[in-house]
Amino acid sequence: MSAEPSFVPAASLIPADAPFPKAAKVALGMPQLRKNLAHATGTIRAKRAAVAGELDDWEALRDAAAAIKADVQHRLPELAVEFERNATAAGAHVHWARDAKEANEIAARLVREAGADDVVKVKSMATQEIELNEHFEAVGLKAYETDLAELIVQLAEDKPSHILVPAIHYNRTQIREIFDQKMGDAPAGLTDEPAALAEAARLHLRRRFLSAKVAVSGANFAVAETGSLVVVESEGNGRMCLTMPETLISIVGIEKLLPRFTDLEVFMQLLPRSSTGERMNPYTSVWTGSRGGDGPKDVHVILLDNGRTNVLADEVGRQALSCIRCSACLNVCPVYERTGGHAYGHVYPGPIGAILAPQLEPGRHDDLPYASSLCGACYEVCPVKINIPEVLVHLRQQGPHQAGEQAAMRAATAVMARPRLWRAALRGARLGSMPWRRKGFMRRLPWPGSRWTVSRDLPVPPKEDFRDWWKERGR
Amino acid sequence: MTARSTAREEILARMRQALDGAGAAPGSPRAYRRLLDAGTDITAMLIDRLVDYKANVHHGLAAIGAALGGAQRVVVPADLPADWRIGGAEFVPDTGLSTADLDGMDAVLTGCAAAVAVSGTIMLDTGAAQGRRAITLVPDHHVVVVRREQIVGHLAEALPMLDPTAPQTWISGPSATSDIELQRVEGVHGPRRLDVVLLDD
Ligand code: SF4
Repeated sequence: MSAEPSFVPAASLIPADAPFPKAAKVALGMPQLRKNLAHATGTIRAKRAAVAGELDDWEALRDAAAAIKADVQHRLPELAVEFERNATAAGAHVHWARDAKEANEIAARLVREAGADDVVKVKSMATQEIELNEHFEAVGLKAYETDLAELIVQLAEDKPSHILVPAIHYNRTQIREIFDQKMGDAPAGLTDEPAALAEAARLHLRRRFLSAKVAVSGANFAVAETGSLVVVESEGNGRMCLTMPETLISIVGIEKLLPRFTDLEVFMQLLPRSSTGERMNPYTSVWTGSRGGDGPKDVHVILLDNGRTNVLADEVGRQALSCIRCSACLNVCPVYERTGGHAYGHVYPGPIGAILAPQLEPGRHDDLPYASSLCGACYEVCPVKINIPEVLVHLRQQGPHQAGEQAAMRAATAVMARPRLWRAALRGARLGSMPWRRKGFMRRLPWPGSRWTVSRDLPVPPKEDFRDWWKERGR
Repeated sequence: MTARSTAREEILARMRQALDGAGAAPGSPRAYRRLLDAGTDITAMLIDRLVDYKANVHHGLAAIGAALGGAQRVVVPADLPADWRIGGAEFVPDTGLSTADLDGMDAVLTGCAAAVAVSGTIMLDTGAAQGRRAITLVPDHHVVVVRREQIVGHLAEALPMLDPTAPQTWISGPSATSDIELQRVEGVHGPRRLDVVLLDD
């Protein structure tokens, strides 16, 4: 028996279904977690700022992306049907799933029909959201994660804590230990050099890739005009899963649609620069149905609702459906950096989680819109310009509040919808709040917030303007 | 009604209901760049970006042999130009090789559909001299030949050069990961070595 491992699955320490303040308190008591997070998010902030700064049309790209996504939301029924028609014509089988259960059942049935009892998986937020691995386990199937970070989390029997880098809460030393103790075939004398760890993962998964019958993926984009799916990745595990097996099952949220193939010229500039801080990610795969002699013969697409049409019904909240899961908002969020992803109690943590989780599962995450200081850094970096503070305030307003408070919140929402006014209000609040500072909360805001803070404390905005704050932290 | 058509109709109905009264779709402003500034040396930029992401860059047909390094067995698409088969390696045309056969290859030599300077991206769409996706994935070393007219400055110029419904692979450097402390490390499941031969003279 080896010594007690120094890694402890972080998720296991945080009580399941704990409300955010309680879960956050547990996370705040984990210094190694905070150190790992601060190091990783600091690295990525600097990289993102540098490559976003290389493009002199960055703001025009964000405007275009926001507008394309708003257009998609307005035309969702038409685009979904167009995608289905074109994918089907290219040989794909298109399925529809109202909720997680339906999607999991369809996927499990397809795996069995292919004569398999296990699958290789490309990292996908949609499959995490529907808990596909857990469902497969329960019905006697096994899903093998192949993305390095997902593999780490799966081996550690932990839960992902970040959208892009699910193992962000582990450092290299802990990862080495996880491999050493849990992988089964880790090379003897494995060091904690990242290159050695990547090599160990390569050896561990290679035979599985070359012999897998079925793969499960998500998709970053679904192009209506062509019926194509797009997967953006780094390691080549995505290419392996999308190319080598006979059967491919892709589970795709209905909000992933794009009208045209050439819309990728916008999103494929914004996404890699915002997520890993690269000009382009190492590998992007695009496929359309099935192609004789190249890749999987049986290609399935499961179009997933699972609460998305609820989000669509909310005029302010629906912008959350524009999210391209880059995770830039997590990396700049002062709350996320201190608490980590597990405290949010949902697969989508950080600022995007705070606006998406309560809308996807109404009534279950009502405290998450309060897991924010409304500093606005998330809005500033979001490549599709989701006004996260606006949606946070809007969602807070949905809760049981007094009438006067709701009116004040509506006024605040109107201010935030216009960025210049919002910044002025924040600046005003910062100056105005000095005498009222009390344990980091202020009792009164200048108008229009004043009508709200009469009955509720509001966290104090950071001392610097958030633009200055961001710049300072981005370096 | 089958379960499939019930789910489909119900989701479409939910979407329509959610959008009831949402009004017309907003327009999409497209004020972003589609070209680099005139006079940009796109070949120099491509080289800079390729090297930055740890690809090796060579010049001229004759460099193919050197780019292949010590590879003994090299898989090639059946339609690879004959004059690209340079050097002492054995060139094995892909006539539907098995996965095990591909796993036994030291390298793969192909052309490409386009190359984007600004991001150092090589694009494959399984067209001429590119072969099917598996041959550029399983071998650990990919040598790709880029003709001068295939180099463009901007992503927006490259997309119209691709067959949108053919399987595509966009490649920016060798396989890498940022999953350990968010630092980029080369070499996971895809080819760990990428050599680019520019026919730019
Ligand atoms: S909300 Fe914006 S910044 Fe956050 S993950 Fe989504 S796209 Fe990225």
